[in-house]
Amino acid sequence: MAKQIRVFLDNKPGRLEKVTGVMAAKNINVRAMLISDRGEFGIVKFLVDKPDLGIVVLKDAGFAAAIKEVIAIRLEDKVGRLHEMIEFLSSKGINISDGYGFAGQAVFCIETEKWEEAEKLLRGHGFNVLTDQELYEI
Amino acid sequence: MFRDKAIETIDRASLDKLQLLQLKTTFTTALKTRFYEHRFRKTPIKSADDIHSLRDLEKIPFTTKDDLRACYPDGLLSVEKSRVVRLHTSSGTTGMPTVIYHTQADLDNWTELVCRGLTACGVTSCDVFQNMMTYGLFTGGLGLHYGAERLGALVIPAGAGNTQRQLQLMKDFRTTALHATPNYMLHIMLKLDEFNCSLDELSVKKVFLGAEPYTENTRKKIESFYQIEAYNCYGLSELNGPGVAMECVHKTDPHIWEDSYLVEIIDPETGQVLKDGEEGELVLTTLKREATPLLRYRTRDLTRIHTEPCPCGRTHRRIARITGRSDDMLIINGVNVFPSQIEEVLMKRPEVGTNYQIVVDQHESLDRLTIKVELYAKLFEGDIKDLERLRDAMKHDMRSTLLVGARVELHEPGSLPVSEGKAKRVVDLRKEV
Repeated sequence: MAKQIRVFLDNKPGRLEKVTGVMAAKNINVRAMLISDRGEFGIVKFLVDKPDLGIVVLKDAGFAAAIKEVIAIRLEDKVGRLHEMIEFLSSKGINISDGYGFAGQAVFCIETEKWEEAEKLLRGHGFNVLTDQELYEI
Repeated sequence: MFRDKAIETIDRASLDKLQLLQLKTTFTTALKTRFYEHRFRKTPIKSADDIHSLRDLEKIPFTTKDDLRACYPDGLLSVEKSRVVRLHTSSGTTGMPTVIYHTQADLDNWTELVCRGLTACGVTSCDVFQNMMTYGLFTGGLGLHYGAERLGALVIPAGAGNTQRQLQLMKDFRTTALHATPNYMLHIMLKLDEFNCSLDELSVKKVFLGAEPYTENTRKKIESFYQIEAYNCYGLSELNGPGVAMECVHKTDPHIWEDSYLVEIIDPETGQVLKDGEEGELVLTTLKREATPLLRYRTRDLTRIHTEPCPCGRTHRRIARITGRSDDMLIINGVNVFPSQIEEVLMKRPEVGTNYQIVVDQHESLDRLTIKVELYAKLFEGDIKDLERLRDAMKHDMRSTLLVGARVELHEPGSLPVSEGKAKRVVDLRKEV
């Protein structure tokens, strides 16, 4: 199961820069990033090559940070495959709370409260769910 | 115009005599409460017989808001519950509000004082009086309501807020007198165009301002914009509410009704009584209250007593505009808020840290309260919905504790300025009104 780092930040200039700076200094490579704005604060989600180290260095630097599970699926890069996957999850009653894709690699990351169930279902249905190592090495 | 010319223009010697008599009565009444009965066991003054002159008042210890809180709910009740006809509470800290009980005689006297003040400003039974203060536990609404009713005015119990409806009522019923906070009068000013209302459609001649401090400039601004007279009212819930002191037509600061209240100004640091004209903290003793008598109650309001007589002929002395507080109380849209109440709400939530900041500013002429708190890093689990729920829950708690709305903002750990003293946590950006 892939891990995502989430950081709570004040919604103002200079804060994100501190986070990326801390990770760069520890040689942590950011593979994907997503910002959710909620007024005075935001949550920034990162996929990095070394999430376990990442969370430690961020917490040491004083950030409110946490690890959350995400499911990364490699899809065939052609019309209809993404739809097929989403249709499958919805037929099983799995709600996707957030998601983002990597163009070119055709990797789609999804967040859901029922992540354990979702992962099992996807694997059982023949979808290529990436291991954490596979994801970080993309 | 006088409501009761004999008492309003009473000479000082007769007033002194009356006050001494009433003070003795109040003291005897006070001894029937658990709080004062206990307090006066060991003091030089043990019964009304020990009071020989008004100067003996200084031998009586002060009563504070903390005493009132500690007495909640009935430590300061001096009559049988069956004689009580109403109570008013104000929000308090540590879950402890303050409560004031009223007998029918207490309410009658309060109403009479309000009526007297309204009459002194020329309100008559021909007036249509629109009361734009909050009704309920807050004393501002009911206090003026009953006073204006007793006078025979047509009272519209509009309550606070809903500007569009307020303007409609003013137009439809040709309202001639208003009761509002100064900020609300300024707010309506900004909304006239939006609600398609022009001043020529209104018949308002007077407004009674109260519940929050404001400057003489604000009064002038309200008067010149609306082309009306604005009168200053002073009061606090512990001493009934509005009507403790009210201006007369001369608008030279409120007359404090000395047949009902004994007035002292003290040095807030030493407790020493100051001379008329010197600025200090206002201390009041109730002279007519039956259910909840208060002896030397520290209002925390800073003011002074005017030494020169008022041209209206009333002998009851006038208190100057309140210049500040000797504690850290904030007044938000007329509602009293203590930073300690805010702190208490925040400290119930383990998800937020101990550092916080209270910011007060203005939006469309109304006060706006924002509470900034830091998220506690160790309890962050990464879920944005949890944070929104936390923020909403704190907003809800603030409203139910403070009785006034507040915005709550979540900030990063360590991002708010660390303050040593309580006062530093408050940032008041309001322009002086």
